[in-house]
Amino acid sequence: MDLEFRIPLGDWVDVGLDWLLATFAAVFAFIRTVFLAAYDSLEWLLTTPPSWAIIIVFAAIAYAARGWKLALGTALGFLLIVGVNQWDNAMESFALVIVATVVAILLSVPTGILAASSATASAIIRPILDFMQTMPAMVYLIPALVMFRVGVVPGIIATIIFSMAPGVRFTELGIRGVDKEVVEAGYAFGSSPGSILRKIQLPLAMPTIMAGINQVIMLALSMVVIAGMVGAGGLGGEVVASLNRIDAGLGFEAGLAVVILAIFLDRVTASVGKTSEPGGRAGAGRLAKQSLQNA
Amino acid sequence: MNEQIALSVQNVYKVFGKRPAEAVKRMKAGKTRDEVSALGTAAVIDASFDVRAGEIFVVMGLSGSGKSTLIRTLNGLQPQTAGNVVVGGTDISTISDAELRKVRQQKISMVFQHFALMPHRTVADNAAYALEVQGMAKAERLARAEKVLKLVGLEGWGDKFPAELSGGMQQRVGLARALCAETDILLMDEAFSALDPLIRREMQEQLVALQADLGKTIVFITHDLNEAMFLGDRIAVMRDGRIVQIGTPDDILTHPANDYVAQFVQDVDRTRVLTAGSVMEPARAVVNLSGGPRNALRTMRDLQTSAAFVVDQRRTFFGTVRDRDVMHLVESRAPDLAAAVRNGNGAVRAETPLSELFGLAVESPIPLPVVDDEGRLVGAIPRVTLLAALGNVPSSTTDIPIVESAPAPIPEQEVTRTLNKTSMGIKTSAEGGTR
Repeated sequence: MDLEFRIPLGDWVDVGLDWLLATFAAVFAFIRTVFLAAYDSLEWLLTTPPSWAIIIVFAAIAYAARGWKLALGTALGFLLIVGVNQWDNAMESFALVIVATVVAILLSVPTGILAASSATASAIIRPILDFMQTMPAMVYLIPALVMFRVGVVPGIIATIIFSMAPGVRFTELGIRGVDKEVVEAGYAFGSSPGSILRKIQLPLAMPTIMAGINQVIMLALSMVVIAGMVGAGGLGGEVVASLNRIDAGLGFEAGLAVVILAIFLDRVTASVGKTSEPGGRAGAGRLAKQSLQNA
Repeated sequence: MNEQIALSVQNVYKVFGKRPAEAVKRMKAGKTRDEVSALGTAAVIDASFDVRAGEIFVVMGLSGSGKSTLIRTLNGLQPQTAGNVVVGGTDISTISDAELRKVRQQKISMVFQHFALMPHRTVADNAAYALEVQGMAKAERLARAEKVLKLVGLEGWGDKFPAELSGGMQQRVGLARALCAETDILLMDEAFSALDPLIRREMQEQLVALQADLGKTIVFITHDLNEAMFLGDRIAVMRDGRIVQIGTPDDILTHPANDYVAQFVQDVDRTRVLTAGSVMEPARAVVNLSGGPRNALRTMRDLQTSAAFVVDQRRTFFGTVRDRDVMHLVESRAPDLAAAVRNGNGAVRAETPLSELFGLAVESPIPLPVVDDEGRLVGAIPRVTLLAALGNVPSSTTDIPIVESAPAPIPEQEVTRTLNKTSMGIKTSAEGGTR
């Protein structure tokens, strides 16, 4: 015997979406304006100077973060992007990723702190994160498209939602992973919870939080292509175009540019996470012995 | 006693779990810890004690006995379920969070088992943390921290990070941080348990020295009985959340309240806790210097011993005499016992720990004489007593004629013959000489 029933979940979602649009139209318009302004100014900043100037800046950042090897690799990689004529597209995607990432971090780190501070909050937030992370990313695009119209903004919104989860999870993990005794020591000497968060928990969780931010950036980059489907342009637009035209060559060139961007961002953010960890525990004993002998 | 109470714990309960208040209610009505286990886990049950200003109060128990929870109720890190904790006159169970923070800043600081230093801050910044919380300006607090670091033997290490220091040094930073707060009360939660035995010993000695200088009130948690005995002015023994005995180290060792405590103290290194004064027995073979050789020889014969302690009228200890030497004196009719006295500085003081007596006991064929501060003979320790003290055998040896077989006494008849032979020549009023 077959069960014959149909839950009109989709209808409900449609109705809910219509209601949202009608009620919060002004809010959406505002968000759209802000994101668009942020994206446009960043894109202007990246595409207006000659490409060699931007490449020098990137190489300098790489040198500061990691050293001359990464600087050299960065310069070569971005020259390759210029060589395959994807520079402007790459800079558009780069601007999109930066805007989305900054917003995602601003949302996810406080959420992670909240989740770390209360078991209830954690229990509520966790399934929402699961939902955000596993729901096929393109599904976000549909309501985002309705709310923010075709263009770069729905791409940014979908990217934020998709990439936020690791930021929240790593922040919670990092704060929960801080040595309980050290936090206790903070309380024992009469610190307030806020001061313990600022002076003990966040600094000590920073390597883990940075690893989360690194993941946020990586996920944001992987969304670039999908954002291209809603008219966000950039490298994603090129990939979508090459798909429509069955142009393997163009697809490869655009894809390679994404990879180069990804490697650059990953290496730079990963090393920021490492340098924020002071001393390092492993070699510490040896160090202490050495200085004892020297004394 | 009119000593000041620094910290008072009154009927404190701490129960973790779903319905802690109900669990406390039932335990007060006589239920056991196991019977209320469905309602919650009782970590501390009906703990009451007062800590006097300036003493080291040790709470000792195995892991899971509730001692770490108990110490955390003292500064509100684990608020108690029932009962009162009074810190320097303030009942911290009734005050607001802000007031509790003030109490923690000004009255009570803490040293942690695994140091709990902030790895992202330098040693000096760690030491100055309490002052930073109190809102002191940077230059001032760092200057203070430097002073305290010097006090704990870490001068010049202020710019290092904790990870660059060894375990013992890290705990010194932990101690410096607590001392920097200048609170009267110091809580130490298994503070030395994570350290190597040698370092631990050193830290214990340093703590005792610091305590003597600074006069802090210290509540010290440990599972190590030897540590408890070494540090504690008084010790509370905990078991399954309850305090089973509170007493001085000597009390706990010699009068355990129950089998559990007795079993616990079995493993203690008694030689470091017990002192010569606490195990010594009345010195029986004592002769007066002014009594002369004949009198001394007679005493030794009567007690069947081969040696005796020599004292003067005020019982000041002079040394020992051996029967053979004295007999020579008697045979040669010498009037002065002093010629036979030897070993004048072989006496031990009453407060010497047993551990330092073994070497002396091995070398000395006779019981070790014990003297007080003024050099007066107060007792003696035969080797048997030393051994009995180790095994905590009740000191029934007192009634046994002192066993000191090492050099066998001269046969009685021979002594008597000598005394008789020489008796006509000398008529001294020696009777008062023996005691």
